[in-house]
Amino acid sequence: MTDAPLLSVRRLAKHYDLGGGLLGWGKRSVKAVQDVSFDIARGETLSLVGESGCGKSTVGKAIAGLHPATEGEILLNGKPIDSPEYKIGQLWHRKVQVVFQDPYSSLDPRMRVLDIIGEPLRNFGITKTRQELDAQVARLIDLVRLPKDSADRFPHEFSGGQRQRIGIARALAPNPELIICDEAVSALDVSVKAQIVNLLADLRNELGLALLFISHDLAIVDHITDRVAVMYLGRIVEIGTRSELFDTPQHPYTRALLSAVPMVDPTARRERTILTGELPSPFNPPSGCTFRTRCPLAADRCVQEIPLLQTISGNQQAACHLLPVAQATDA
Amino acid sequence: MTEHTPRFLETPAVATPLPDILEERTPRPGLLGVIQRNLSVSIGLAGIAIILFIGICAPWLGTVDPLAINPALRTRPPSAEHFFGTDALGRDLWSRVLYGTRVSLTVGFSVAALATGIGVLLGVMAGYIRASEGVIMRAMDAVMSIPSILLAIALVALIRPSVSNVIFAITVAEIPRVARLVRSVVISLRELAWVEAGVVSGSKSTQIILRHILPNAAAPIIVQATYICASAMIIEATLSFIGAGTPASIPSWGNIMAEGRSLWQVKPLIVLIPAAFLSATVLAVNVVGDGLRDALDSRLVKDI
Repeated sequence: MTDAPLLSVRRLAKHYDLGGGLLGWGKRSVKAVQDVSFDIARGETLSLVGESGCGKSTVGKAIAGLHPATEGEILLNGKPIDSPEYKIGQLWHRKVQVVFQDPYSSLDPRMRVLDIIGEPLRNFGITKTRQELDAQVARLIDLVRLPKDSADRFPHEFSGGQRQRIGIARALAPNPELIICDEAVSALDVSVKAQIVNLLADLRNELGLALLFISHDLAIVDHITDRVAVMYLGRIVEIGTRSELFDTPQHPYTRALLSAVPMVDPTARRERTILTGELPSPFNPPSGCTFRTRCPLAADRCVQEIPLLQTISGNQQAACHLLPVAQATDA
Repeated sequence: MTEHTPRFLETPAVATPLPDILEERTPRPGLLGVIQRNLSVSIGLAGIAIILFIGICAPWLGTVDPLAINPALRTRPPSAEHFFGTDALGRDLWSRVLYGTRVSLTVGFSVAALATGIGVLLGVMAGYIRASEGVIMRAMDAVMSIPSILLAIALVALIRPSVSNVIFAITVAEIPRVARLVRSVVISLRELAWVEAGVVSGSKSTQIILRHILPNAAAPIIVQATYICASAMIIEATLSFIGAGTPASIPSWGNIMAEGRSLWQVKPLIVLIPAAFLSATVLAVNVVGDGLRDALDSRLVKDI
């Protein structure tokens, strides 16, 4: 990764204000995401994994420009999301697209497929005439392998997997450089899931797209990703290439996650790390390391200090006080 | 990247062929389909059509001047000449009731259209623009805290009684009902993924509202409009009955009932006939509203 990254996220934080409080006094806020930084190279796939409520979708929405970040920077090709260049013609949205989780609620039930896929084409001024629009929509329908006569149909006439293909076609329409897949296959059956993941992988290779793949399904992530970032309670606890992270997980949380993935082979035995307790409330996160309340190894230092991401080896970084830190050889 | 073997599960290398698209649904789509499938909606609409026909064609349905006084023929029972008899001033009741239809329909439909239009505008603003929500909704609460009939009486007392003032007064009282409903629907739709998808697709706020939010909020708005139409007719009749509504020179069902009130014990028909017309009209409008509510609700459940 010597090239400049396509997307850089720098110390991203997102706080949600909660109501309550009078005239701004005593207002509380949830720190949904804190101090999240990562890069995505052109054509690369980074997966963001973690359990529900860890803030991975919030990161995705901030990058998609749906919620402004509270702190930190999001840069595409070196320019921040709020720079004037990206405001013109909503260029940011044109370059960063989203495939949503639920294929049922992400398609307007009163619009035909032609209008759904055509919405970005019209808005971004990619197609000027009806003929161009029809041609582009037909091309996109073909690209995601939907039946040719789909354009005049309504979303309710399609199955879940097909609806997700419509969502992918819509995301591809403005020729984006980055697609955020926000739990894009979580709502689908296992067999359909595999089809959609393969389709995404094919399209990524064909079109040279970068993907930010947000998921809690490590098996799917393993299948599609180049690098993985593990999130816990709003922070990245470990990030590395796929083989580093899956073969030599360092952070105790990553190890626990990986040991929880179901295996196909019933005779295989492995060490299980079983986490107890619940995800702590983000209203009132634990001091020091947020994972310490459930960590089997927690020590005194974990209560005092927030661990920072440290290079363990190669491209692998983990945020844990108890890990041996690699000598600065290649970082 | 080196050759990679999946660690956790085998996935088919090639996507298996897609299943066929679900078979097409036969029921007719749109409002016509709703009417076709729903008996109560068609009955209610037929009722409204009859009342509408009566109102529009009143001059050609064997009526005379509804204001013509004939002191010689006071409080006559129904006859071939006067289908519903005559009132205390000898005016033909048939003609007065038929012309009264016009007042009720004008008030009902105008209030429904105006209150819905303004209410939708305010509701969308309150629901979509967070900054405006407090101001708009507190103003709506203030209007709502005054009973609508009292508000209408006050407004009519302030300005000269006339049909348009009655419409204005009832509209003001009904706007908050629409605005509250629309605001709540807009807030729930605003959070849906397809609205976010619209933002990502480059749609501006006005496009989001017009293309994604209003079409999906149409069902509850239409249903609410029918209820407002019915309640406006009742309020108009009430106001006229207590003398604060339509001026006495215009025959309206409320006026006719008010004038017949003193003869109630000897000539009950003078009150009962316009009351029956009012009830039938309101019933028809409400039946349409109920039917639409059921039909559109189930359609939503089926479609989404």
